[in-house]
Amino acid sequence: MKKLLALVLALVMIMSFAACGTKKTETSGSDLANVKVGLITLHDDSSTYDKNFIDAMYRALDNLGMSKEQLVLYTGIAETEDCYNKAKECVNQGCNVVFADSFGHEDYVIQAAGEFPDVKFCHATGTKAHTVNLPNFSNAFASIYEGRYAAGIAAGMKINEMIDAGKITADKALMGYVGAYTYAEVMSGYSSFYLGAKSVCPSVKMNVKFTGSWYDYDKEKAAAESLIKGGCVLISQHADSYGAPEACEAAGVPNVSYNGSTKDVGPNSYIVSSKIDWAPYYEYMIKCTAEGKEIDKDWTGTVETDSVQLLEINDAVAAKGTKEALDKALEDFKAGTLKVFDTANFTVGGKKLDTYKADVDTDEKFEKDTEVITDGIFEESKYRSAPYFDVEIDGITLLDRNYG
Amino acid sequence: MQTKIARREPLFHISKNDAMPFGKALAIRICAILAALLVVGILSMILIKENPLLIYMSMFEGAFIDVWTLFQNTALLLIFGLAVIPAFQMKFWNLGANGQVLAGCLAAIACMKFLPEKYPEISNTVLILIMAIASILASCIWSVVPAIFKAYFNTNETLFTLMMNYIALALVDYCVFTWDKTGSGNLGIVNLLNGRKGWIPDISNKYILSIIVAVVLTAFMFIYMKYTKHGFEVSLVGESVNTAKYVGIDVKKVIIRTLLLGGLICGILGFLYAGSVSHTINKEVGGLGFTAILVAWLANFDSLVMLLTSFFVVFLDAGSKYVSTQFQLNSNDYANIVVGIIFFFVIGCEFFIRFKIQFNNKKTSNNERVGE
Repeated sequence: MKKLLALVLALVMIMSFAACGTKKTETSGSDLANVKVGLITLHDDSSTYDKNFIDAMYRALDNLGMSKEQLVLYTGIAETEDCYNKAKECVNQGCNVVFADSFGHEDYVIQAAGEFPDVKFCHATGTKAHTVNLPNFSNAFASIYEGRYAAGIAAGMKINEMIDAGKITADKALMGYVGAYTYAEVMSGYSSFYLGAKSVCPSVKMNVKFTGSWYDYDKEKAAAESLIKGGCVLISQHADSYGAPEACEAAGVPNVSYNGSTKDVGPNSYIVSSKIDWAPYYEYMIKCTAEGKEIDKDWTGTVETDSVQLLEINDAVAAKGTKEALDKALEDFKAGTLKVFDTANFTVGGKKLDTYKADVDTDEKFEKDTEVITDGIFEESKYRSAPYFDVEIDGITLLDRNYG
Repeated sequence: MQTKIARREPLFHISKNDAMPFGKALAIRICAILAALLVVGILSMILIKENPLLIYMSMFEGAFIDVWTLFQNTALLLIFGLAVIPAFQMKFWNLGANGQVLAGCLAAIACMKFLPEKYPEISNTVLILIMAIASILASCIWSVVPAIFKAYFNTNETLFTLMMNYIALALVDYCVFTWDKTGSGNLGIVNLLNGRKGWIPDISNKYILSIIVAVVLTAFMFIYMKYTKHGFEVSLVGESVNTAKYVGIDVKKVIIRTLLLGGLICGILGFLYAGSVSHTINKEVGGLGFTAILVAWLANFDSLVMLLTSFFVVFLDAGSKYVSTQFQLNSNDYANIVVGIIFFFVIGCEFFIRFKIQFNNKKTSNNERVGE
C-alpha cells in the first residue's frame, strides 16, 4: 500500500512541477514555483465571508502566475482541534505557508506554528501575533473602517436626499445597524460608518442591534425588521447573511452592504458595499515565503494597497453625486488627509476624547494597555492590524448587547 | 401454515430473519458497499468530471494522510458509541450523548480556566484529577436525570435526552459569552499561552491517550455486556420489561445504573476533549453524538464490531473531504453527498439482512391449495 501511495504522490508532484514549468514566469518565478499555499476556511463558498477569501486566493495565484496545484484548500473547518489537524495536513502536503480565515482559528494556528517552525502561518482578523511573538506567525487585517466611512458618506447623502425631498425631517434622520457581537471589530465598523454619514448629514443618529452570531439569516432579518419598525430610514450591517438586505428590500428601506454586493437581492434598496480584498495580502505573503523574508507580524491593508474597496454603486437608489463623493474620500484616504477617527469629529458623553487606552495586547490580563490617541487622532490599526476602537460615541444608541 | 388462505395474496410479505448465516450477511454488506461505490463513481464523474478511480485513490490517500488523526477520530467516535450502547441494548433511546459530553467538557474547562486563576499554586496533577471528576459528575447528571424520570414517571426518554442536549448547548453559549472578555464569542484554546495548565501530558504524542482509552473501554464494555450479570440484566430489560420484573430484576435500578454508566463514559470523553483533544469549549466540540448512534446501530450494538463501523465512518469523512480539497471544489457539498450515498446503501442493506422477503408466487399457492 505504501508503495502505491508513494507512486501516487510522486506522480502528483511530477504533474504539479510540470504544470508550473509551463506557466509564464516572473522575476522571482523560480522561487514562486516552490511555494505551496494552504488555505483553511470556516465555511465553504456558500458563505459570503469565506467566498471572499477563496476567490481572492485564486486571483492572487493567477496574478503571480502560479498554478492551482500550488494551493491546498480545506473548507468547512470548525474552530476546534480540526483546524490544527488540517494545518498539519497542509504541512504534510508540502505547504510552506498556511493561512486561516476565521477569528476562532487563531489559537489552533498558533499551536501549529509552534510545532512547525519552518512553515509560515498567517491568520486573518486575529490579535495575538505581536503578543505570542513567534517568528513564523502573523496576523493580517485591513483598514476596512475607511471603506465603512466612505460607505457611510453614501448613506448620509441618501438621507440628505430624503430630507430635501421632504420625506423626513432632519430630526428624524435615524439609521439602523445590525451587528454581530459587541466586539471591537464590529464597534469600529459601525462607528466609522456613522461618522461617514455624519460628515455629510450632521443631524443623523443611529441605533444598533446585535445578533450574537456572525452568520444567522433569521436573526439578522429580524433585527433589521425591528430597527425599521423603530423608525430607522436606512440600514447597514456587519453580519454575513442576506437577512438584513432582504428585510430592507421587502420594506423598501435603503441598505448599505458589507463584504459583497447584495444588489441581486435588493435591486431597489442596495446603495453600495465596502469590502476587504485579500488578494494583495496573499500576494505579499506568498512573495515573502518565496524570498525567505519574514512576514509582517501585523499587516494592515489600506485603500492604497487596494485591500479596501468599494463595490458597485446602485444608481437607481444612491443619491446624485455619490460616486464623485466616494472617489474623493478614497483619494483623501490615500493622500492621508482624511482621518476617520479624528477626535474633533465625535464626542463621548458630550466631551472630546483626549486620551484613550485600548487593550491592544491580547493576554490573560485583559487590560487597557496602550495609549492610542496622538495629536487628536485615534490611531486605529496602528498598534496591531485587528481593530481596537471600542469607544461608545455620542449619537449611537446600542439597543442591546451581544444578544438580539 | 394456516389451512384457510385468502384468494388473493399480496405479491410478497416480509418476515423477521433472525438466523442469516454470517457469510451471507457479509456478502450482502459487501455488495451494498460496491453498489454505493458504483453510484458514487458515476456521480463523481458527472460532478467532478474526473476518472472515478482517481477519485477513489485520492479518497484513500486522503484518509491515511494523517494516520494519527484518523485513529484518534476513530477512537473518539468509538467512545461516543460505547456510551450509548448499554442504553440502546435496553431499548432506552438515549439521544443525549452530545449534550452529556458537552456538559462534561464544559465542567472540565471551567476548572481548567478558573482554578489556576484562584489557586496559582495548584499542581497540574491535582487540577487534572479535579477536571476528570467534574466532567464525570456533570455528564452523569445529564444522563441520570432522564433516567430517573423514565424509571419513576415513564417519561419519553427520546425527547427528554434530546432536550437535555439543547440545555447543554445553551449553557455552553452562555458560559462562553460570560467568560470571553474580548466579546468575540470565542474562548480559544484555554491556557495555551499560560503554561498549558490542565493539559494532560502527552504519552509520546497527543493522540495515543484517546486511543488507549478507547481500547480499554471497548474491552470493558465487551466483557460487561456479554459476561456479567449487569449486562445480562440490561439485555433482559431490553427484551421485555415484564419478564425482567417476573424474574425479580429491579427495572428502575437497572435503568438508572445503565444510564449512569453511559454518563460515566461521556464524562471520560468530555474530560479527554478538555484535557487532551480540543482544550476549549464551543458548540462544535464533540459533536459526534448523532454519528455515534449510527455507528452503534450499524454494529448491532456490539462493541467489537463498532471498532470497524466507527473506523469506516471516520475514513469516509476524512477521505471525501480530501477529495474536495484535491479537486478544489471550494465546497463541502461533495463530501456530504458521498457520505450520504454510502450510508444510504449500507443502512439500506441491513433491511435485507434482518428481514426475509418472501414472494408469494403461484407455485406455493398451489401447493398450499393441495394441502387444503
